[in-house]
Amino acid sequence: MSHGQSRDASRISDRTPAGQAGLSDPATTIAFSEAQLGEVRRLQSLYPDARGALLPVLHMAQETFGYISLEAEEYVASLFELSPAHVHEVVTFYTLYFRERPGRHVVAVCHNLSCHLAGAPGIIAHMKRKLGIDPGETTEDGRVTFLTVECLCACEAAPMAQVDDRYELNLTPEKIDRLLEGLR
Amino acid sequence: MAEIVLMRNFANADSHTLGAYRGGGGYAAWDKARQMEPAAITEEVKKANLRGLGGAGFPTGAKWSFIPKTHTGPVYLVVNADEGEPGTFKDRYLLERDPHALIEGMLIAARAIRCTKGFVYIRGEYVQPWRRFSAAVQEAYDAGLLGQGFDVVVHRGAGAYICGEETGLLSSLEGKKGWPKIKPPFPAIKGAFGQPTIVNNVETLCCVPPIIARGAEWFAGLGTKTQGGTRMYSVSGRVKKPAVYEAPVSVTLRQLIEMAGGVSGTGRLKAVVPGGGSAAILTAHEIDVTMDVDGLKAAGTMIGSAGVIVMDESVSIPEALMVLARFYAHESCGQCTPCRESTGWIYKMVHRIVERRGHKDDLDTILDVAKRGAGTTICAFYDGAVGPYVSYIEKFRSEFEALIPHA
Repeated sequence: MSHGQSRDASRISDRTPAGQAGLSDPATTIAFSEAQLGEVRRLQSLYPDARGALLPVLHMAQETFGYISLEAEEYVASLFELSPAHVHEVVTFYTLYFRERPGRHVVAVCHNLSCHLAGAPGIIAHMKRKLGIDPGETTEDGRVTFLTVECLCACEAAPMAQVDDRYELNLTPEKIDRLLEGLR
Repeated sequence: MAEIVLMRNFANADSHTLGAYRGGGGYAAWDKARQMEPAAITEEVKKANLRGLGGAGFPTGAKWSFIPKTHTGPVYLVVNADEGEPGTFKDRYLLERDPHALIEGMLIAARAIRCTKGFVYIRGEYVQPWRRFSAAVQEAYDAGLLGQGFDVVVHRGAGAYICGEETGLLSSLEGKKGWPKIKPPFPAIKGAFGQPTIVNNVETLCCVPPIIARGAEWFAGLGTKTQGGTRMYSVSGRVKKPAVYEAPVSVTLRQLIEMAGGVSGTGRLKAVVPGGGSAAILTAHEIDVTMDVDGLKAAGTMIGSAGVIVMDESVSIPEALMVLARFYAHESCGQCTPCRESTGWIYKMVHRIVERRGHKDDLDTILDVAKRGAGTTICAFYDGAVGPYVSYIEKFRSEFEALIPHA
């Protein structure tokens, strides 16, 4: 199912650095600022039913809190007067919401057909060796979460990966090395 | 030299800005359309033989005319920018390089269907296209093109292939998991938030301004009898120049491969996926087909999103199917039993065949499971998976058998 496999953040869990879990970390108190709450209301007003803003607000929550914890789900649910169960169902359906804190950088290598034909398996093997982890895991220093993902629709420049917000195209092992060195 | 319609502005470095778009004659079609009766706009699009370019190939003008005439409440226009079909990347180019073409197409479509609000659903991974398009929307508001009877909301998805299916997209837009809905009712009757809704693909709407500006006959004349215009073919895999190529829909697959520099790797063609991962595969002997909706239908496959993936002789077909089967198993939304169960099961079987652990009956089991499930699910996702399952095995059976011990 779409919430299974490689982009499912639950697989990251055993490599997540200790002390970063949301509930015990005072730095990640689950509440938006007044300005953010204004933005939530603005987003909600754009849709005939305020619930339409749920995905955008979950994106905001992830940017603010680092990932979508159960506590964050409850908080977002309260902003929509929805049950936390509904929000949980939504969060777990989509691949871009992390349910545990990912690394400081996320490297998502496409392993679909065009990238496969252009050498994605070699890129993935190289990443494994370089980082010492498998897809779905985070390096022990919390620097990089490594994922394999389905088609990112940049097949003209295969093999490719998404590194945080950017598409990195025409990958080679050397390019991967330079990319990883740049991630701090 | 064939006419370039959709990619006409791409060479300009500032093509994403309002100034550049206007400099190339942009928004003149909107000026013309706002003087037209809504029904006349729809009629023009019908006469142009424009067919949906997202996958299904449904006639666009006919779709617009399904909005109930008696409806007095809101009507919504939803743009499907949830590009995700393996091998397709055209909408990414349009969003990044010609966002105002989409906005102009939306303005014209909205007038035709008497709609005051449009939503653009952009896949969550498309951060750069989303930023580019959002900036263009802001420019259009500042210039008074938007906000004068038509508003646009840009909505980011969150990662799920199924949201490219129009009713799955609507569920997602409503703040739910992206489960497709049973049709009928079709979105034109009961769509987003329970209201009549037209869902159109990015590229489809980008065809609308040129149709209004230059006339239906001109557009229809670019294509075949049953489909007008040009379209953007995403060509990738084993070709020398992978890229997006615009061509009339009457172009043949052989010509497209030549446009892309010819076959790379061994230089000898083995097979081609003509219309995105979900299209049945064609062998090297089947590439003299025209790349329009009906041409590929006649060839037993589909044009889909026009994502062309080329495979040279060195490519392992079982491995290619394994990659696609993994994709379908991952992306099945889980709502319908045949799809949820079969996609996982078939992936397991293809995977073990590739690892030379296949069972003697696996190929027949895959074909049986695939064919039994076809047509039994709420949306077209599973039928899209069946295309590759069946065609890869039926056309390249000996290659699979060679991997199975004691086959």
